Amino acid sequence: MVRRVPPIFVVLLAICVWISLLNPRFATVPGFMSFLMRAAPAAILAAGQLFVIVAGGFDLSVGSLITLVVLGSSMLIDGDPANTAWVIAVMFLIGIAVGVFNGAVTSWLKVPSFITTLGMLVTLKGFALLWTGGAPRGFLPNNFRVFGRNRLTGVPLLDEVPYAVIILLVVAVVATYLLHRTGWGKQLIALGDNPRAARLSGVPTAKVRILAFVASATSAVIAGILLGGFSGVSTNVGDGQELGAISAAVLGGAKLLGGRGTMPGAIAGALTLQALFTLLNLLGWPKPLRDGLQGVIIIGAVAYTAWRERRS
Amino acid sequence: MAANSASPRQGQRGGQPILEMRGITKRFPGVVALDGVSFDVRAGEVHALVGENGAGKSTLMKILGGAYAPDEGTLLLDGRPVSFSHPWEAQRQGISIIYQEFNLLPYRTVAENIFLGREPLRRGLVDYGRLHRDTAHLLARLGVEQWIEPDTLVKDLPVAHQQMVEIAKALSFSSKVLVMDEPTAALTDREVDLLMGLVRQLRDEGLAIVYISHRFKEIFAIADRITVLKDGRKVGTVDASEVTPDDLIRMMIGRPLDAFYPEYARPEDIGSPLLELAGAGNDVLDDINLTVRAGEIVGVAGLQGSGRTELLRAIFGIQPFTRGTMRVRGQEVRVRSPLEAVRLRMGFLTENRKEEGLALLQPVRDNTLLVHRALRPLLARADGVLSVAQLTGRVDLRAAGLHQEVQYLSGGNQQKVVLAKWLAVDADVLLFSDPTRGIDVNAKAGIHRLIRSLARSGKAILMASSDLPEVIGMSDRILVMWDGRIYGELPAGATEAEIMALATGQRKGGRSA
Repeated sequence: MVRRVPPIFVVLLAICVWISLLNPRFATVPGFMSFLMRAAPAAILAAGQLFVIVAGGFDLSVGSLITLVVLGSSMLIDGDPANTAWVIAVMFLIGIAVGVFNGAVTSWLKVPSFITTLGMLVTLKGFALLWTGGAPRGFLPNNFRVFGRNRLTGVPLLDEVPYAVIILLVVAVVATYLLHRTGWGKQLIALGDNPRAARLSGVPTAKVRILAFVASATSAVIAGILLGGFSGVSTNVGDGQELGAISAAVLGGAKLLGGRGTMPGAIAGALTLQALFTLLNLLGWPKPLRDGLQGVIIIGAVAYTAWRERRS
Repeated sequence: MAANSASPRQGQRGGQPILEMRGITKRFPGVVALDGVSFDVRAGEVHALVGENGAGKSTLMKILGGAYAPDEGTLLLDGRPVSFSHPWEAQRQGISIIYQEFNLLPYRTVAENIFLGREPLRRGLVDYGRLHRDTAHLLARLGVEQWIEPDTLVKDLPVAHQQMVEIAKALSFSSKVLVMDEPTAALTDREVDLLMGLVRQLRDEGLAIVYISHRFKEIFAIADRITVLKDGRKVGTVDASEVTPDDLIRMMIGRPLDAFYPEYARPEDIGSPLLELAGAGNDVLDDINLTVRAGEIVGVAGLQGSGRTELLRAIFGIQPFTRGTMRVRGQEVRVRSPLEAVRLRMGFLTENRKEEGLALLQPVRDNTLLVHRALRPLLARADGVLSVAQLTGRVDLRAAGLHQEVQYLSGGNQQKVVLAKWLAVDADVLLFSDPTRGIDVNAKAGIHRLIRSLARSGKAILMASSDLPEVIGMSDRILVMWDGRIYGELPAGATEAEIMALATGQRKGGRSA
């Protein structure tokens, strides 16, 4: 599927070089590992989002699901590290349930995924805030936070590797395999390309689509666990993450409305966004301006893709 | 309304044509859709336009309506040459076209639809009082005011009444020429009578009416003259009173088979029944009985709206049968979705390869393997045991490689990819609908040979087609449909006249043995 080097990798490399010129520490192993650690949640989220995008949909609910995971975990663990394991398991179950719901409503009730997941975004956030009374409550114990902020030490050559980076690597490999090497992934792309032809070819469209939403929601649970570990309990931890994930997928060459997209591209897209924000920070851009840029980027990336398709 | 007030009918024979087309030629890439066609219509006349699918009727109509500009030839309106750069101009000059698909907004009222974009204004706002009055006046003139209220939403009207709204709209433009394309396709018999009455009334008021239809009964009931088109050329214009339906059929067909077809099935090719239907029906089909055996190609002929394509869609579970029985390989089955059909190893190929056959952005390989993957566990490795190269070789695919996106293939090669997709899962009940529509002549012959070789290899093939020579050239038996039923069966090598007689509802049954 990846015949030539997609432009996003060139852009990513260029931004990384620029950052290194401004901040030589970035080009060291620990510097780059820190960068990857910060980028990991967004990259994992982009990987999950891509499953839904290639099938022709959107999953806007992931940001709120992240918030729910962070707030819900601190509530359920309730300060006792012994609870961490089962609480994480519960979070995955919640994620799967949200994914099944999104996919089922979209498939069977024919509600466009944009609306289904927009509704879910509002509902999940509302539910999370109701649960905690509207403010961040409690804290996350160390054995929960280790995934997001600790490092595996004594690794040959690299010395220390953040757990988040290892998790990102595993997610990247598994997601790439699922999308590009299994019958499910191929059917998902065919479904996004031409739903009618896919149905007439015997593709079980509802099942295939529901699983895509489950993949996206699962990625949100993983991202939530990492973000909770990295930055602790807050009520706006997930805000805007869905847009970042969609932007990343589009930057990575995915076609909105489905049929085209690669997993390495989407992950590179997420890393590029993170690198760009790092760069703009170094250049002294204020944060609101950096945040605002994201909207411009997604519009620009989609316009660029549309322009290229028209030309060919 | 029309400038000419109730002109007496007796003057029509020698009357000046209101609209005249002279030597109209229209070319599209690779096809001459119309070749020097002349056509005229007079005030107070109904002029029927007939011809097989692809004869050029709709191109002619679109030129009339200003949707296409002719490459050659002239259009005269009241004796003056005119050219329309936009459909809107044709309408303003008095030519109204009522298409099969109505151009009405379902959630607007009758009045709002009729005067869409031309609403009477008062101080810059829509004058609803006048809008209502003008519409009521128009409907009364048509004599339909007892059925249609100006303030009813269009979606709440039956199809026949929606059509009358279209006619009222056409009249509101003070039309001199009214073109109706298959106006009775969606109407019941009673509604057809109603429409006929209305058309006669408009004719007597002096409108010139071009009436496009497949239905001989209506044509002979209403037309003064009939023009027959075939393959983009005019065969002739005749007075309706001087010809019989059989004459008309002869004019519509009577061309040589335009391609070389492979041999029919030999007796030893034919095996056991793979697909059987008994008393099957749904809301558009009724009492369908048929058998397709291994090794044979059964053709399905029928005009548009006869249920030809609906039959295949019902078998494949897209609009499933709701009654009757269906057997596949002798086993009684119910097919309620395409997935169930695919599991029974049925295959489906239509002329809409881009909409229904292929994922255009994906490479040859992924398209070929799509059905195969759909039938395997979801998480199975994408590339299983199948050799895609072998499959594409079997259908003689010409592509730059298995990684070429199918959007860049020619129409014939795209159809071959769709076929390969079904071969990959060894589908042996194959349903084809216009498999070669829109494909150039050479590729067509290639597909025909391929279909025959599939039959030879023991597959049961049910092929519906709007192309009569194709049906005749390919089919070992021919089923002719009309009005949602199988109206008769003909043996291999039946003539077009025999098929048309059944397809237009003239005769019922088979060939008298």
